[in-house]
Amino acid sequence: MTSVSVIDELKKSQIFELLEQGKRVDGRALDEPREIKIEINAIPKANGSARVYLGDTEVICGVKIQPDRPFPDTGDRGLFICTAELLPLSHPTVETGPPQPYVIELARVVDRGIRESHMIDVSQLVIEKDKSVIGVFADNVVVDFDGNLFDACSYAATAALLTSKTPKWDWVDDKPTLVEGEETALPISTIPVSVTMGKIGNHIIVDPNGDEWASMDARITITSDSDGNICALQKGGIDGFTQDEINQCGEISVRVGSKIREIIKEAQKGSQ
Amino acid sequence: MGGRDATMVLLDENGVRCDGRKIDETRRIMIRAGGLKNADGSAYIEFGDNKILVGVFGPRDVHPKHMSNTDTGILRVRYHMEPFSVGERKNPAPSRREIEISKVIKEALEPAVMLEKFPRTAVDVFIEVLQADGGTRCAALTAASVALADAGIPMRDMVAAVASGKVADTIILDVNNEEDQAGQADMPIGYMPSLNKITLLQLDGVLTPDEYKKCVDVGVKGCKIVYELQKKALKDKYFGNGGD
Repeated sequence: MTSVSVIDELKKSQIFELLEQGKRVDGRALDEPREIKIEINAIPKANGSARVYLGDTEVICGVKIQPDRPFPDTGDRGLFICTAELLPLSHPTVETGPPQPYVIELARVVDRGIRESHMIDVSQLVIEKDKSVIGVFADNVVVDFDGNLFDACSYAATAALLTSKTPKWDWVDDKPTLVEGEETALPISTIPVSVTMGKIGNHIIVDPNGDEWASMDARITITSDSDGNICALQKGGIDGFTQDEINQCGEISVRVGSKIREIIKEAQKGSQ
Repeated sequence: MGGRDATMVLLDENGVRCDGRKIDETRRIMIRAGGLKNADGSAYIEFGDNKILVGVFGPRDVHPKHMSNTDTGILRVRYHMEPFSVGERKNPAPSRREIEISKVIKEALEPAVMLEKFPRTAVDVFIEVLQADGGTRCAALTAASVALADAGIPMRDMVAAVASGKVADTIILDVNNEEDQAGQADMPIGYMPSLNKITLLQLDGVLTPDEYKKCVDVGVKGCKIVYELQKKALKDKYFGNGGD
């Protein structure tokens, strides 16, 4: 099994026929994401965390912040690493063991969207240049699958990072030493929001649910930042997009993304 | 988190423990049956600061096929901790500790599940520790029993679990993380109350023969408290709140 998407032909043709009439199987508009629920601080022992429900897809992200060695060529920058994993309890077809290619793609796309937006100013995460920096790890775990993990993981990681508190370390006796009681927010410069769209026939739909996910010919994930610029993109699936469709998807991602950014900001405010 | 504090008083002169509990008191326990949509059965437990999610699939076809048994079904258990569940970020790959705990939990559950009714199939139990705070294997075993029941798999009994231990020369119920790190002994116990059978038992630390007996006794009594909460979680789901 190469993905968690399994669907019978009847349902697939029903989805397609409804789209021909401009309708979706769950009654949403074509450019309408599912309801997004964000619970900040789901894991109080982590430095930051969020549980996100995107319809029936459920993801938990925990952020760990700790001193680390910098990469040899970037001693003046902290580390940011974002991962994603499908837990075997999230769907009957998920197996234990090394991650499947589609899970590796998921983790990399989610990481890239946040990294390339420069959401976190890693130049401020240096303890001692070339010797010790602060590492920020955002680990996503998928708890329940109902399509579109890209966006669910992205929102969970973004919400968790926005509300993370980082401890402070000083460089004492050639090692990082924790300064008790000094916690600050991470240096955040923008809020990236990814919007994933599926293509079924000639129809573009935002935030495909599990059944739509299994029926897609192609998909595209576009991440935009707070200024409305596009900062990362990934196309997937076996069909292609026309140039017009790509332009249309870019426009949708910025427009829909700005609404979702407000939902994430609300969750952040609610946690303060 | 996880560090030892040499100055911490584990048990004061009034018999009050470092987190304010009495010696025979468990931490706050909340068990929810169900919650996951894709799993055949599921449960969530908060046991003190532990937060653990369990999903069950099956009975279903066995892959790889050579693992299947023509006489009986098989039980497979994976205990796994999230990278953010502990103080320092944990490598997501399974550690030796997680593999051992998976095995002891599997062997603790096996006598409870009527696997012989489902030859050639597998029941998979996936345990995900979202936040750990000492005593995860007992909390996980407790939740796994509820998830198996929630999946409608025939069972002889549910396994309830809690650790007893020795702190400041006193036998106590439900060892927390600090007591585990700095205490004298830790004895996780899994027990089937209706069948009067202990199916999980481990011990770290030194006990006299008398303390050993007392420790088992305290643990079994604790399991009976946990058992009532397991039954309540299932009743709440299937018969509405408090449905007696």
